[in-house]
Amino acid sequence: MAFDASSQTITAWRRENGRVGVRNHVLILPVDDISNAACESVANNVKGTIAIPHAYGRLQFGEDLDLHFRTMIGTGSNPNVAAVVVIGIEPEWTKIIVDGIAKTGKPVEGFSIEQKGDFETIRQASWKAKEFVHWATDQQRQECALTDLWVSTKCGESDTTTGLSSCPTVGNMYDKLIPHGLYGVFGETSEITGAEHICQARAATPEAGAKFRALFDAYQTEVIEAYKTSDLSDSQPTKGNIIGGLTTIEEKALGNLEKIGRTSRYIDALKPAESPAKGPGLYYMDTSSAAAECVPLMAAAGYVVHTFPTGQGNVIGNPIVPVIKLSGNPRTVRTMSEHIDLDVSGVLRREMTIDEAGDALIAMIVRTANGRVTAAEALGHREFSLTKLYRSA
Amino acid sequence: MTQTPHLLVHDHADNVGVVVVEGLTAGTEMLGVVTHDNSDFRLVAKADIPIGHKVALKDLKPGDTVMKYGEDIGKMVGPAAVGEHVHVHNCKTKRW
Repeated sequence: MAFDASSQTITAWRRENGRVGVRNHVLILPVDDISNAACESVANNVKGTIAIPHAYGRLQFGEDLDLHFRTMIGTGSNPNVAAVVVIGIEPEWTKIIVDGIAKTGKPVEGFSIEQKGDFETIRQASWKAKEFVHWATDQQRQECALTDLWVSTKCGESDTTTGLSSCPTVGNMYDKLIPHGLYGVFGETSEITGAEHICQARAATPEAGAKFRALFDAYQTEVIEAYKTSDLSDSQPTKGNIIGGLTTIEEKALGNLEKIGRTSRYIDALKPAESPAKGPGLYYMDTSSAAAECVPLMAAAGYVVHTFPTGQGNVIGNPIVPVIKLSGNPRTVRTMSEHIDLDVSGVLRREMTIDEAGDALIAMIVRTANGRVTAAEALGHREFSLTKLYRSA
Repeated sequence: MTQTPHLLVHDHADNVGVVVVEGLTAGTEMLGVVTHDNSDFRLVAKADIPIGHKVALKDLKPGDTVMKYGEDIGKMVGPAAVGEHVHVHNCKTKRW
């Protein structure tokens, strides 16, 4: 079945800055952990909003603080978010995040708790949140090109079936859509271990490959060599990977890299949560391989749909980005069907080609963009773990 | 392809394949398919091997390089005869 990506359209929200979003969230965003309670109270008062409590935001400094701000500003700036209420303990860092999000042109307002207390902050923020909900729900979906989307990928609870079926399905989707203007991203620095030479060779330019390699080597030096015990084998592959039949990190990495397809080449290597700035194409991002950390970093960079191949059955979701789960493991599809959006187990039975599976994934991306609720959304999976580079002061 | 394969192999250079059916028992004459070109072959399973786990496609001895995706994925640290199970009990990364 021939697929014409260039003419495929979706109905979605085109935001003030021209970016296309597929959800219409009013976000109640805590600057720091101690503002979580106020944010959750506002989200409870005003239906149609979502609070995303998290664990950090106090006494961070340097590059780690930069990453915190980049993640918070990026999350609020994501096109799946229509408007944002920001609440922090004090006004200055709150203002940094509000000003960062305001650059998108979307409605955003900040509140701080000191000298006011939770009650008064919640009262003021609830009024603003309600105003934002009315405003956001007045915004209409409009026709946009499928390739206006930014689609991220990261796999989880991998096994040998992911490298045979679900990961090459994502790769096939990228190979078909990226030439028409899609933005893609992959990451998982630790899970490229053993295939780093292949990953470096998949860069579009020597500069992009060298940039990837520098990030990869820094991870090996600063994280693995600095903190390793005997090896990574208690963590990479994970216990779930091993139950699924993966034996070595190299085997896992080769399956992981199937997600970037055959013809796609990444054009830049990004820091965690850094927005791509070199135009449409595939990007590599330096991320943890933990799903609850990786997906929020990609969302903070501006990606609006996530494709998530799983073998043994990872249940991850995200508060603002629909996470599409696909699996080729027939046992997982049978025993964990409530988590799976797309069954590609036909690839293992040779009933379905990777080309057909890629088309099925594109069709699921279109349906998801048009409003189909993903399994993770229906089940309330809203994992949002922040990446931290080192201890706070 | 009329029959469902028991075993998939990525590349002709590989010396292990992946069981893709549940409940595979020792003695089963498996249908194997190399996904690179859809060529097929037969191999008898010498052990009960869970779905997703690897089978030796030739006799492997300690020190041998294990090939999958046409790439080096580690080394044997114990033996596996053709048709036997290859996993953490007899295969390990060379890295650590």
